[in-house]
Amino acid sequence: MVENLILLLENPVALLDLILQGLMMGAVFALIAYGMALVWGVMNIINITQGEFVILGGFVAFYFSEWGISPLLAVPMAALILYVIATGLYLTPIHGLVFANRLRPWLLAAGVFVASAAGFFVSGASLVPAVKESVANWGSLAPAVAIGVDSLLVTIPVMFVVGGGLYTTVLRHIVGRDLFTSILATFGISIFLQQFMNEALTADVEIANHGLDTWSFVGGDITIEQIRLIALIFALLIGVLLALYMRKSRAGQAIRATAQNPRAARIMGIDTDRVYARTYALNAAICGSAGALVAMIWAVQAYGGLVYTLRAFMVVIFAGLGNLVGVIVAGLGLGVAENLAGFILGLEFQIAFVFGLLVVVLIYRRIRLSFARKVLS
Amino acid sequence: MSVMLEVTSVSKNFGGVVANRDISIRIEQGEIVGLIGPNGSGKTTLFNSIVGYHPVDAGSITFEGREITRLRVPKIARLGLLRTFQQTRIFGKMTCMENMAVSLPNRQEGLMAAFSRLSTAAIDRAEELLEFVGLHSKRHLRGGDLSFGQQKLLEFAMALMNEPRMLLLDEPTAGINPTLINGLIDRLQRANQQLGITLLVIEHNMRVIMNLAERIYCLAHGQLLAEGEPSAIQNDQRVIDAYLGAS
Amino acid sequence: MSAGGIQRDPFNRTTLLILLAIAAIGIAGPFVAADFTKQLTIFWVMVLISYTWDTMGGQMGYNSFGNIVFFGVGMYASAIVQIAPYTDLTAYTAAGGQGSALVLDLGQYFLGLGLGALAAGVSGLLVAVIVGSGILGLRGHYFAIGTLALSIFAAEMVSGWELVGGGSGITMPGYPGTTIASEQEKTLIFYFLCFALAGTAFSLLQWLYSTRFGLAINAIRDDEDKAEAMGIKTARYKTMAWAISGFFLGICGALYGNLLIHVDPRDTAFDGAGLGVWMVLMVVLGGKGTFWGPLIGAVLFHVTKELFWSYLLGLQYIALGILIVVIVVFFPEGIMGWFRAHYPHWFGEKVEPAKEAGEASS
Repeated sequence: MVENLILLLENPVALLDLILQGLMMGAVFALIAYGMALVWGVMNIINITQGEFVILGGFVAFYFSEWGISPLLAVPMAALILYVIATGLYLTPIHGLVFANRLRPWLLAAGVFVASAAGFFVSGASLVPAVKESVANWGSLAPAVAIGVDSLLVTIPVMFVVGGGLYTTVLRHIVGRDLFTSILATFGISIFLQQFMNEALTADVEIANHGLDTWSFVGGDITIEQIRLIALIFALLIGVLLALYMRKSRAGQAIRATAQNPRAARIMGIDTDRVYARTYALNAAICGSAGALVAMIWAVQAYGGLVYTLRAFMVVIFAGLGNLVGVIVAGLGLGVAENLAGFILGLEFQIAFVFGLLVVVLIYRRIRLSFARKVLS
Repeated sequence: MSVMLEVTSVSKNFGGVVANRDISIRIEQGEIVGLIGPNGSGKTTLFNSIVGYHPVDAGSITFEGREITRLRVPKIARLGLLRTFQQTRIFGKMTCMENMAVSLPNRQEGLMAAFSRLSTAAIDRAEELLEFVGLHSKRHLRGGDLSFGQQKLLEFAMALMNEPRMLLLDEPTAGINPTLINGLIDRLQRANQQLGITLLVIEHNMRVIMNLAERIYCLAHGQLLAEGEPSAIQNDQRVIDAYLGAS
Repeated sequence: MSAGGIQRDPFNRTTLLILLAIAAIGIAGPFVAADFTKQLTIFWVMVLISYTWDTMGGQMGYNSFGNIVFFGVGMYASAIVQIAPYTDLTAYTAAGGQGSALVLDLGQYFLGLGLGALAAGVSGLLVAVIVGSGILGLRGHYFAIGTLALSIFAAEMVSGWELVGGGSGITMPGYPGTTIASEQEKTLIFYFLCFALAGTAFSLLQWLYSTRFGLAINAIRDDEDKAEAMGIKTARYKTMAWAISGFFLGICGALYGNLLIHVDPRDTAFDGAGLGVWMVLMVVLGGKGTFWGPLIGAVLFHVTKELFWSYLLGLQYIALGILIVVIVVFFPEGIMGWFRAHYPHWFGEKVEPAKEAGEASS
């Protein structure tokens, strides 16, 4: 460990490289953390499922890189389209007129969700090889970059829909309860999703092929993969768009109002139920886009989500709720710290470092608060 | 008479807000002293500072001659300085008797004391105090099932059970049915006279505090505005102005 | 029913009879249903981890996702004590810890087991005290997430510890004898060990709840700030509660490890997302802070889980996930909690039927 540290200090270029990689990593963490902060701040839910959304988004990206366009896609896509309609119906003002009671859209959404899940199950085992064969026959239909970008563009709305569906069926009952309940409930959803992905999609570790280059500087000592830079830019872009959305749009303002005082928001005519559904779906979309990036930069695996959840949690509690800039800074900082730790302590201890750091951050935060004792705990 | 509580030039800020500025008060043993002032004048903050809920930015606080400025809540409570809460806090899922039982004083508690069972003497005392506040018939009900006023009485009984030397009461009559306030005043006075407990009481109800307190401090805008006997305070123009918002 | 005017003693006649019946079933179990002895052993493990979790989460209000750390620490502490005196530990783990490399006779085995269990209990207790000094200062969900992170941290750290086999784990010494009879003997012995441990822990905890300790931790649960304001030494009680849990969980981990023979840090010892969360779920299902709750929760959960694992393999976590959500959404108070809300008189709780006039009410 000490040798590695000395090695770094003697090689400022290597150090710079590690820091750069860490920053680009951290951008993705910051994005996921922002989504978590959103759900936490607005709905008082700590979303343990966050990591699974990321992985799910990554899988969508992976499949899109694998498939291009294929007729077999119609099976799940049709189910998803129906699902969009169901969720969309729930989210539009029409539902109050069309549906006499609030139960039917719930049932419809649940039904479609189960149907598409069944569809995935039934076709899952034979889906991938069949699709691969089809792509081989038809050929790749888009240049590599376009596929990568397409992955992102599709992932986002797909995840939005998944998140909205989950809200309709489960989370609506959790909002307003205590945080511990939300931890348990979202934990339940996460293990559900983990095995679902493992069985319906694939148990393998998968990468989404982006086909982009790597720039190298300083004679190969500093490398910047284009995809990582794109990820950084995307993350910042999405962050800015989100900030604008929250500040300028009616929906965003409704979300902020509901976060501050749900009762007052309801009195003002805001449909808080819809706001919550939209917020949760938005978070899923954010995670999805982050996940697409993750699949392109690193890899995704069905059971690999928890680390992302806890990283996001760490960033949020370090930055504090409602502190967007803090989340970005903390996210970037975590990326750098983790990358450095991976080098100094060795890769096998990188995850241990992340979780150990979380514990330390929590204790540090507690000590700091207790010294200040400005607030009643 | 000895000095029970001495607060010297205590100040406390919260971010940019000055909650208490340079406040000095002194309470003698056995007194009943009132603390009044319009909303936001810093009364509860002063209480919180005294009992160690948060650190003070400046000044010192001594209790029975002992410096307590840097001590925390549990330690100060064990020294015999208790407080009740404005929003009335009791242990909701435990019965009244259990609330009383857990309020037993634990001054010198060795490790083995944690495993002790409740003595008959303690049970008798608990029932006695519940009788004193009029909750004896409700003693096996859960604390959370009591009405707000009953919870206030329970909190008071719990405080007495803890055998404090001094009690800081934060608006003890707030939210109480006016017809029952006299009973509460009576009990406060009896606690003071029979049990020898020194009282410092925050109150908004002028009738109550003027009848109960021997001396009154008035805060406004975080500072000490006036001090004196009830009749003097009642007629102090500065106090009247503070309440009516003239200053 | 009441002990000195305060009804903290649940040991009335009905309760005692039921407990005796359970004890009888427990003793008869492995003889009546010999094929299920291993499942029954695990059942008692579940009962123990439920009741020890309930001390923290149900009685004290500190929802810990990290109790599994003591379980794993105990397991590994015991492994070290059981192996190291008889052979070189480094060589043992380097060789993949083949159980056959360590052949013990009955006396050695039980000596190792006994000392191992003791070391396990003490280790669990010490870890609780040391780690608790930092973590027990956290409140609410921070404590929950912090302990979850702790459990994964422990798993990862032990996975990197080559002395005990790292990620591949370590093998406990095998029970002396290679015949079927000795295998049955082992199964029986461990059944009764786990049963006895569960029974001991349960009894000790119920006794503790009837003392000042019980009152204090309930007060901490209901309002920790108020408890502090009344002068209660909250830090001490919190540490005691965790230390007691740690002690029993440590021993339990040692027994469980010996039952499984081969243990590894992520899936067996520090199974944070598995056993570590199940203990929470069992108690939530049964009813936090109740007398029977953890037991009922353990029974229902264990049976359901065994069914899922037997008939829904490949989908068992999907089913479990749904079960968890159903429990959390529809049974937040747990089964016992539901009963208590609807039939409080069954629990000896008094409720006023109607508002009485002229009382001290407002």
